[in-house]
Amino acid sequence: MPVDQEFVALQSVSFGYPTLSGTVGRLILDGVDLKLPKGSLVALMGGSGSGKTTILRLLGGQIRPQSGSVQVGGLEVPTLGHSELFALRRRMGMLFQFGALFTDMSVFDNVAFPLREHTRLAEASIRDLVLLKLNAVGLRGAAALMPSEISGGMARRVALARAIALDPELIMYDEPFAGLDPISLGVTANLIRRLNAALGATSIIVTHDVEESLSIVDYVYFLAEGKIVAQGTPDEIRASDLPYVRQFISGAPDGPVRFHYPAPDYARDLGLGQVTSP
Amino acid sequence: MTGILQALGRWIVDGVAKLGFGARLFGQLLVHSGIAFRRLQLTIAQIHFIGNYSLVIIVISGLFVGFVLGLQGYNTLQRYGSEQALGLLVALSLVRELGPVITALLFAGRAGTSITAEIGLMKAGEQLAAMDMMAVSPIARVLAPRFWAGVVSMPMLAAMFSAVGVFGGYIVGVMLIGVDDGAFWSQMQNGVDWLEDVGNGVIKSVVFGIAVTFIAVFEGYACQPTPEGVSHATTRTVVSSSLTVLALDFILTALMFS
Repeated sequence: MPVDQEFVALQSVSFGYPTLSGTVGRLILDGVDLKLPKGSLVALMGGSGSGKTTILRLLGGQIRPQSGSVQVGGLEVPTLGHSELFALRRRMGMLFQFGALFTDMSVFDNVAFPLREHTRLAEASIRDLVLLKLNAVGLRGAAALMPSEISGGMARRVALARAIALDPELIMYDEPFAGLDPISLGVTANLIRRLNAALGATSIIVTHDVEESLSIVDYVYFLAEGKIVAQGTPDEIRASDLPYVRQFISGAPDGPVRFHYPAPDYARDLGLGQVTSP
Repeated sequence: MTGILQALGRWIVDGVAKLGFGARLFGQLLVHSGIAFRRLQLTIAQIHFIGNYSLVIIVISGLFVGFVLGLQGYNTLQRYGSEQALGLLVALSLVRELGPVITALLFAGRAGTSITAEIGLMKAGEQLAAMDMMAVSPIARVLAPRFWAGVVSMPMLAAMFSAVGVFGGYIVGVMLIGVDDGAFWSQMQNGVDWLEDVGNGVIKSVVFGIAVTFIAVFEGYACQPTPEGVSHATTRTVVSSSLTVLALDFILTALMFS
């Protein structure tokens, strides 16, 4: 596909958190290439600690890579100054894992927050827009409630309404399905798909919920130990015989992804001498 | 031995890094302070929260400190037959020293801790990160209004403390012990200098307000976003700001009254 149609492009991106002595610690991302065509809905899958959320933080400019290029909307994110970065972030919406609603504001004020901060709209227009966005996530009736009065699934939907308040071009979802009951999960998945189409936005979902995401996304990247190990359309992924993908889809405890965190010999740890662990 | 050296080295490096982070944050706080004045209602809401809710503890403490000053002052002064100067002693002790210092210490415990805990919990709940991702600087939107609210509230609370304290001294000295009413007030009026005594007290309370509130917002903003991180930060706010206030008080007193 033509280059100018890609809204997000990562090229050989490497990232590791700097240590106190100034060197780079373990690489969390190691030469990652990733492309999101405009208007697409892409899932980024991988186990915990595989570097998925780090990619979202790179796209939002919260951290900078040690090497490689991170482009969003044609702009090279790591080189942007403070005001340019904030201008770019106004074109993005991000859904945090647990919603990250402002607990001192009502549901209504949470959704109104980006509108009040970034536009000079009259309060009446803001009210209409907020109710519109809340209606899109089915929570218009909860406008007056405080975040402490709604369930986790509802909080996530409110956060979604807040993320789309300014009609972003890029929406990033950090684990949107984690900890949701089956009904909320289905509702959220449908909502993500519908919003992507309605807003014409490009969306990236970081998740490890295989079934739910494969049913809604256009393309999938699998991430393991900082590298892209597999990619393809949902059908290709379902048909894939790569051991990593198979393990992920079947949920087997051991495979390319080890069940055990690297540890010294089990028997020796228990003081049993040189016996090989099972 | 190397272990001790390593620990010492890490302690120094951490300390310097924290100092640098604090200095940068203070600079950013000043740069982003515009919003605290442009959108005055943000700061006023915080003044209400920080200042108004500290009023009860300040007023009650001021009253009791005034009572004690009245008793102690009378006991000492009457040995020299100069109990007429009780009003002067109570007023000077309060406006020069006790008003600003005790108010700052109480303020650190009452308002400083709640500022730190609130900002720390916002950080732990990713609210600050969410705000940042919405292209709204948390330093401007969350820290600056709280900082300026603290700086504005502190001198007003200290003034309140001193005023109530003088009244407490009056209750004990004049109404209970029987020191002459006219002498109490006239000695005070003659002996307390607006610029030298009251002015310097106000300067002290402003400086303490800046110190305590900055430490509170800094500790909240820099804390580890975990339950124990927030609790440690809250404790550090009280410890650091109390010590800072006492040290600053010594320096300011030396500069002003020596």
